[in-house]
Amino acid sequence: MIARSLSVLLSLLAVSGAEARGASSVGAGAAAPAGMVRIPDGVYLPLFRTVKDPSRTPVPAFYLDERPVTNAEFLAFVTGTEKWRRSRVSPLFADASYLDTWKDDLNPGPGAPPDAPVVCVSWFAARAYARWVGKRLPSTAEWELAAGAGYTRADGKNDERFQLDLYAWLAHPVPAVQPAVALTRPNFYGVRDLSGLVFEWVDDFNTAMVTGESRADSGLERNLFCGAGSAGAKDTSDYAAFMRMALRSSLRANNTTLSLGFRCARDEAR
Amino acid sequence: MNMSRSLLLPVLATVLLSAAPARAEDESPGTPNGPVALPPELAALPVEVAILTAPPHVPPAITRTSPARVVVNLEVREVVGKLAEGVDYTFWTFGGTVPGSFIRVREGDLVEFHLNNHPSSKLPHNIDLHAVTGPGGGAASAFTAPGHSSQFTFQALNPGLFVYHCATTPVPMHIGSGMYGMILVEPKDGFPPVDREYYVMQGEFYTTGRYGEEGLQSFDMAKAIDERPPYVVFNGAVGSLVGDKALAAKVGETVRIYFGNGGPNLVSSFHVIGEIFERIYPEAGTALMQQNVQTTLVPSGGATIVEFTVKVPGTFVLVDHSITRAFNKGALGMLKVNGPRNRAIYSGKEIDAVYLGAQADAGSESAKREAELKDQLAAEIKANPAIAGLTKEAQIEKGKQVYMGLCFACHQPDGKGLPGAFPPLAGSEFLLADRERAIRIVLKGLSGPVTVTGKTFNSAMPPQEAVLTDAQIANALTFVSNSWGNKGDAFTAEQVKAIRDEVR
Repeated sequence: MIARSLSVLLSLLAVSGAEARGASSVGAGAAAPAGMVRIPDGVYLPLFRTVKDPSRTPVPAFYLDERPVTNAEFLAFVTGTEKWRRSRVSPLFADASYLDTWKDDLNPGPGAPPDAPVVCVSWFAARAYARWVGKRLPSTAEWELAAGAGYTRADGKNDERFQLDLYAWLAHPVPAVQPAVALTRPNFYGVRDLSGLVFEWVDDFNTAMVTGESRADSGLERNLFCGAGSAGAKDTSDYAAFMRMALRSSLRANNTTLSLGFRCARDEAR
Repeated sequence: MNMSRSLLLPVLATVLLSAAPARAEDESPGTPNGPVALPPELAALPVEVAILTAPPHVPPAITRTSPARVVVNLEVREVVGKLAEGVDYTFWTFGGTVPGSFIRVREGDLVEFHLNNHPSSKLPHNIDLHAVTGPGGGAASAFTAPGHSSQFTFQALNPGLFVYHCATTPVPMHIGSGMYGMILVEPKDGFPPVDREYYVMQGEFYTTGRYGEEGLQSFDMAKAIDERPPYVVFNGAVGSLVGDKALAAKVGETVRIYFGNGGPNLVSSFHVIGEIFERIYPEAGTALMQQNVQTTLVPSGGATIVEFTVKVPGTFVLVDHSITRAFNKGALGMLKVNGPRNRAIYSGKEIDAVYLGAQADAGSESAKREAELKDQLAAEIKANPAIAGLTKEAQIEKGKQVYMGLCFACHQPDGKGLPGAFPPLAGSEFLLADRERAIRIVLKGLSGPVTVTGKTFNSAMPPQEAVLTDAQIANALTFVSNSWGNKGDAFTAEQVKAIRDEVR
């Protein structure tokens, strides 16, 4: 009995040790962690809000991965944690298309090049990876604040080149094999691939239409479509933001799609 | 005793579990609640799978005379296709085509709708069928992420031809990328049979490039908001119903076109060149049939049903009669009719002849003739004393005006002049003897001694060449030589001009 408990305890410690292994080191007040960029304090104007929500969300400075998580990085993660392998994962945490582009549990294969962004991952899997490397997923406000920056200024609205590139990407269908990360032009903050590669999970994806408890929210119909979809919207011409918001609204936490990956974030103060 | 105890626990367990309050059904139409519990008469309906067709064809007319549960499996796919020659576009489609698959059901059917979003899709999609009575027309219940499928069921309560389209935000972009189609809910007694039925749908494409600019085009939101599409097309592409893809019919057949307008913005003025809509259901309503309409309005997100019998062979062109859309943006299709001619209904060109028009060149036969006639007329006028007299009379009157406004000052109203100062004109042989001299004097004036009616005058008469026109001088001289007892021929403006040129 005791021996059994001890072995359970030991395996628990081993797992938590493995989870902590991927953490990168950073000292308080030091330069950004490797592969991350510091996004300074900003204000996010939500695309959709009810009368009860604030029209501006202050976003304190944070670190954001310079580019999405790759197949190679995710391979290291599933190698170290059995329960996130394709054949082992619970359907509660990832649906039937989890890691569909991979050849095998531990073999991405030619359909998932090592430097390409990992896709067909669920929100649960993305969160688990982020924890494993000592980070977290960015919030919608953080992600949109970073993504709203153009090439040459913090507000990409009037950055023509940036807008053209963004909408050109949206016009293309999903490629059969994703290209490598970090090939697109870095934006004003030095972050790449926030547009032009894959859509990305955020931590609070299921509040895409409202903040707080949606069923209790009387100000906003949970699913607004057709004409109603533009009611309450901040900027109806920013249709890229609409598309991201629509995608987030359509997903459940265990869903996976061919054009959805993720990247990690971390608080500035630790 | 033992048996009852072993039974007691499971029974107790069942009672306890069933006594737990059932979880309240989620009110939101977007949350799946499981297949609906139908009343027995609906649950007992025979099940059939809907035949879906690609444009321009429609499924066959429904022959059953009672309702059924119709299962519709509609797939959403994002596909790169040809918008025009050399121009590609990433179409978002229902069933792989623009417009999407045609769905045909009967009034009263129960439709079990499956919307399947292909895993290769970048985006979620849904569907709003205008035939549905329910929130979003189904959109709230069919919001589907890539690689997923949604099911909802509705009753086709109302007959008619209805548009369906994607209603995922941003809606103009989804519709503007080809996500529209039609569902026909046949009335209980169906439509009268015709020989040919066709499915045509108009729509705009808002591309960043100009019309015809080659390459993969992307959606332009600014143009969409301003309603300035480079492309207005039938069935998803320029030339989709042209040449070997034209609609076909034979002389004598009745043709019915189910014509829809996916928009997203423009209203269509639908017309078939060379044909008249003999029967039309305006806006695809089922109660009122109009007849003999040339051009009909089709609202954005609306439809119409038109019928006509083709009576002569030829190519009949379908257009949006906002005509630059047809000729410059692609809203043009063809119906090719084969069969025997009927020249009594339409003869074709009978004669081609030369037409000269009213403005013939000078030197042509008729111009020569016209000039001849003019001269003849002038000669006749001159020759005819009465006419000539009339003309002279007119000149005398006009000349009097001139004289009494100017010359009378010296030569006096009665033409007698002033003795010792100004010579008389009345009875002046000097005046009447030399006509050219008279003209010269009026033009250039006269100074030095001159003898008139036996008396000598020596004054200065001022020149009038800058004051009077040739016609005025001619008229004045005609007057003075035909007044106060004087008698002489009329002077003409040509004669005055000739002297004026001489003495210039």
